[in-house]
Amino acid sequence: MDVINSTKKISTKNLTIIALLVAFFILLIILEQVIAPTDRMNMLLVSLRQGSIFALLAVSMNLLNGFTGLFSLGHAGFMLIGATTYALFSIPLAQRTDVFLWFSDSYLIRTSFPEVLGNAIGGPGMIMGMLIAITLAGLITAVFAFLVGLPVLRMRSDYLAIATLGFAEIIRALIMWQGLGTLTNAGNPLRNFTRHVDLNITIGGQTFGLITFTLALLSAICIFVIILIVSSSYGRAFKAIREDDIAAEAMGINLFKHKQLSFCISSFFVGIGGALLAIFMGTVAPIQFRAAMTYEFLLIVVLGGIGSVSGSVIGAMLFVFASMWWLRGLDSGAFLGLERITIGGFNIGERVFVSGFRLVVFSVIIMCVVLFFRRGLLGDKELPYYVKKLKDTIVTRITRKEKAGVSDG
Amino acid sequence: MLKIEGLKVNYGGIEAVKGISLEVPENEIVTLIGANGAGKSTTLRTVSGLIKPTEGKVIFNGEEITGRSPYEIVSKGITMVPEGRKVFPDLTVLENLKIGAYLRKDNIKPDLEWVYDLFPKLKERSWQAAGTMSGGEQQMLAVGRALMSKPKLMMMDEPSLGLAPLIVKDIFDIIKEIVRQGVTILLIEQNANMALQTANLAYVLEVGNITMTGTGRELLDNEDVRRAYLG
Repeated sequence: MDVINSTKKISTKNLTIIALLVAFFILLIILEQVIAPTDRMNMLLVSLRQGSIFALLAVSMNLLNGFTGLFSLGHAGFMLIGATTYALFSIPLAQRTDVFLWFSDSYLIRTSFPEVLGNAIGGPGMIMGMLIAITLAGLITAVFAFLVGLPVLRMRSDYLAIATLGFAEIIRALIMWQGLGTLTNAGNPLRNFTRHVDLNITIGGQTFGLITFTLALLSAICIFVIILIVSSSYGRAFKAIREDDIAAEAMGINLFKHKQLSFCISSFFVGIGGALLAIFMGTVAPIQFRAAMTYEFLLIVVLGGIGSVSGSVIGAMLFVFASMWWLRGLDSGAFLGLERITIGGFNIGERVFVSGFRLVVFSVIIMCVVLFFRRGLLGDKELPYYVKKLKDTIVTRITRKEKAGVSDG
Repeated sequence: MLKIEGLKVNYGGIEAVKGISLEVPENEIVTLIGANGAGKSTTLRTVSGLIKPTEGKVIFNGEEITGRSPYEIVSKGITMVPEGRKVFPDLTVLENLKIGAYLRKDNIKPDLEWVYDLFPKLKERSWQAAGTMSGGEQQMLAVGRALMSKPKLMMMDEPSLGLAPLIVKDIFDIIKEIVRQGVTILLIEQNANMALQTANLAYVLEVGNITMTGTGRELLDNEDVRRAYLG
């Protein structure tokens, strides 16, 4: 293939992707103004918000598990560090005595970036403060990952998974420990911090919602950076380690350094994802960040395809949409009108569609996906690969038809 | 160029290499032949830093490199083509070649051209996943990948393993061509016939000791070598 030709092709492909993304974000802004919070379609916006955060968290897990081949299960622990850091640095001072109920006179962190900068500059300052707190959440998570990585990354496969799982629980236990209460509030929920609802802009009495847009944009930027890393020479080294670590070492790749690098980069974005999740949820309760949360992301990554960024995004969206919105009726007694069926006094709506049934259906769906798509929905390829493949099949089919038409005539 | 002095390597309690000394002169093909378990691969892996020796010295261009880490040794100019090719199966041919040049900061384009000239097939297949190529092509890729680090010394661990005789001949022709262009080769082979025909200098390794030394021709004519390795 001609080198010049191929670069040209890539740039048109990139242009299409950029155009699609811009269109998507414009659509998001419009949707957010049109749909009222009381509307049933508001579920769409809520799911999009959570979906984009989950997408970032899944992609950063994929960077480590899929691209570097390090099977780590420390996700929930690192998310908790990110979420806690964000909350601690953005609760307004006036609210702190309220939040730190048991440590009201001795809490340690007395800085709120959004508040300080918001008072100094106004609206944009508050957004800057939020961004600083979010970045700080990522950085502190990365520092913790570095420390955890020192002993843990000397292990391989299953042992690494068990060790990271253990460390995640240790992190949670530490944050919930009474002794650190003045710093972390000892497991009592952190709340009242600056949230996405504060992002709405009011012009002339009219409020413009920008919540979904902002969360999706932040996630998209982070995912874009991860894509850049994956396709850089560092990304190639990560993939080489995944494929064959001895050969990678023989090529001069410093195994430990690169594993540590991947671990820290991934954790940085997990920390940011944790902060965004805190913004989305409104409270940070450490008890929620259990191993089960890690498994949800592992499920998304496997579902979407190990080693595929777009697969993780699609997997996250499907996961969130299905569990939050589409299958919700299975728990609350109304699903596609099926609840009206009654067989011999046995009403499906009342007897089957009860709390918990959603999870049963969800598990069955996941089992089917895993059975029919062994390597996940997208395997280790990206979405444009499938678009091109589809285009090629259509083109060959049309040319074949044309040829058949010519020979018929 | 490369000098090994009294090298001893242990695997757990087993002494795999029992104090060998050998020398690789610049711009020649040196081969190490011997049966399975003689310690050939262990020697190579020790030179490339993947295993640490218990005793002895490895000296490269007058500088001691014993026990250095693999990435330091690669940046000094010693690269290994590992046994069984070990290309990165899910990466493309081009990506594999770029990994070979990972430690280099300078322009790799001339070397890419050079490798493509040596192996025109790799150029045709540059966008293909390495794992989908045939064994011979993968071996060519493994050699090309090693050359991308611009090595002064290239060590090859059984390049003929599992390849058809015709392709083995191709590979050895290319090895000779690479030497002509200024790279020194240290070669391990089970295929003693082919290796001795190509080599300027040959060592015979038996259960961790060097038992014979000579030019390739001399050993090829030696009665003991013929009986033990050429059948």
